[in-house]
Amino acid sequence: MNIVVCIKQVPETTEVRVDPETNALIREGVASIINPVDENAIEAALQLREGHGGTVTVITMGPPQAEEALRQALAMGADEAILLSDPASRGSDTLATSYSLAEMVRKIGEVDLILCGKQAIDGDTGQVGPGLAERLGIPQVTFAIELSVEDGKLRAKRVLDDFFEVLEVKLPAVVTVVKQANDPRHPGMRNVLKAKRAEITTWTLADLEADPKQSGFDGSPTQVIRVWPPEKRGGGKKIEGTSEEVAEELAQAIKEMDIAAG
Amino acid sequence: MAVRLIIDNCTGCKLCLRACPYGAIDIIDDKAQFDDNCTQCGACAASCTFDAILLETSYTPDVDVDQYRGLWVVAEHLHDQFRRGTFELLGEGRRLADKLGVELAAVLLGEGVADMAKGLFAHGADRVYLAQDPVLAHYRTGPYTDVLSGMINQHKPEIVLVSATPQGRDLAPRVAARLSAGLTADCTGLDIDDEERLLVQTRPAFGGNLMATIISRHARPQMATVRPGVMKALDPDPSRTGEIVEIAVHLDERSVIAKVVETVQQEADGQVNLQDADIIVSGGRGLGKPEHFALIRELAEALGGAVGASRAAVDAGWIPAYHQVGQTGRTVQPKLYIACGISGAVQHLAGMSTADCIVAINKDPAAPVFNIATYSIVGDLFEIVPALTKKLREVR
Repeated sequence: MNIVVCIKQVPETTEVRVDPETNALIREGVASIINPVDENAIEAALQLREGHGGTVTVITMGPPQAEEALRQALAMGADEAILLSDPASRGSDTLATSYSLAEMVRKIGEVDLILCGKQAIDGDTGQVGPGLAERLGIPQVTFAIELSVEDGKLRAKRVLDDFFEVLEVKLPAVVTVVKQANDPRHPGMRNVLKAKRAEITTWTLADLEADPKQSGFDGSPTQVIRVWPPEKRGGGKKIEGTSEEVAEELAQAIKEMDIAAG
Repeated sequence: MAVRLIIDNCTGCKLCLRACPYGAIDIIDDKAQFDDNCTQCGACAASCTFDAILLETSYTPDVDVDQYRGLWVVAEHLHDQFRRGTFELLGEGRRLADKLGVELAAVLLGEGVADMAKGLFAHGADRVYLAQDPVLAHYRTGPYTDVLSGMINQHKPEIVLVSATPQGRDLAPRVAARLSAGLTADCTGLDIDDEERLLVQTRPAFGGNLMATIISRHARPQMATVRPGVMKALDPDPSRTGEIVEIAVHLDERSVIAKVVETVQQEADGQVNLQDADIIVSGGRGLGKPEHFALIRELAEALGGAVGASRAAVDAGWIPAYHQVGQTGRTVQPKLYIACGISGAVQHLAGMSTADCIVAINKDPAAPVFNIATYSIVGDLFEIVPALTKKLREVR
């Protein structure tokens, strides 16, 4: 089974800066990691490969330094890594990103399953997985906590608001996984070193014969017009004393709120 | 967007005929033909196994935006009940539609749901677009995307709002990709720019460290998923009525790829629903182990409230994920929120900071939760929480 995992490199810290001209995020100079839940997607792919054979190819789109995230994925055990890096892709929103990733998957060719993390910690949209499935014209399964493959069919347990749903779809399909799906493995030093020397394939939009107008700012219908830090809510009253005194004062305050329905 | 037939590839196999929700395909001389009922929804392209039908979706910034008028809200329901976010969307949609001077419509997809339209009118809708079919009884991405995309193509609303629930966040990006529309995720603020007649969408990013305002200037419809628990629903007015527009659809179960094998309700703890609760008592890492959630449950019970949890507590497996409050859990807006042993990571605060009153109990005086707390208590929750539970029981 040939599996593609889409990962995203995201800033590690909560320190984020913004380009005042373009309102795009400045990623240079900020330590970067693999988006945490993407590691669960990689782990899920590796487990499926262990059961069914085949290959795991990790792909990402980003600046040249996004290579680092791919190397981490290789250290975990992925077979191959491909980076789409093209200045024309800068500023891609989720629609443009799903276009570029779909073109990458098409160029890879025979793919049975595409895995993504549920959403990235920077954008928090969760829109690229479904967008990618739509671009490829294949089914999607979002929020998967368990998945198994049998006879070309994928069965997945999805975590929804207050219930689980078990869904069965034909492959190929796109699946987004949640954090509770598994515990991502930690690569050993030997694999980390090996991954450091591994070759990473780098493509440009031209290599994909992709339409540059569908990527980057040009291919993005949404436009960020303003970014700002959220307002801080002011601190309130301190309640001090023994536990008994604190409980007494608090119980009184709650009673005065007149909401303790009981 | 356009559906295009590559006639040489067409074998006349009729898969597309079965897949078309709008009955718009005929097979004549072993070739597919589209008639006037075609809504360009794209269902046929997904069904074709011979590459004979292509769905050409590419975003171009030259859409005639003036063709698009009206505001739509996608209603979400389960077991004949609307999910709470639906009424919130209608409340907010009403305000925005009035600002634009347009009708507010709700889209209702399902089977045997016609009676539910009343609830949508009562909460502010002027019109309900209703599509019913057994295949739509249980939400699935494929048929919902086909039908909704077709309806949007046909009636051209300028704005489509969807709840940022798991269902909404599964459906909206699929539809937006099919229509090459701009979609903004998980909005917490919406407004109208009068000058440009644009939907101005505000949302948190980077786990709530940053707010961003986003527009879709050249694409239509302007689509947004809206975080449940943030917008205000209107008080229902049962005397309000409106127009039901039935959309005739014919779906065939055989062309739906996804099968729901089973659904399992998560155990509900016998507690009040988190999102509807006026009072929430939440526990975090400071509880130390799962058994200590009993303290939280007892306090919640004494108050008649619901039990919440931080991501740390959920990730540790101490309590099921549907109790989670925060950026990746639920956004709640209770009158009283009591945070016990929760440090207050931005990701948690993003889900509860709009509570009317926040009580924080934590032994670390530097815990960020104290920055937003109405009442700050630095101390041992294992003493204070039981003492408070006891006092509250006495008060009653």
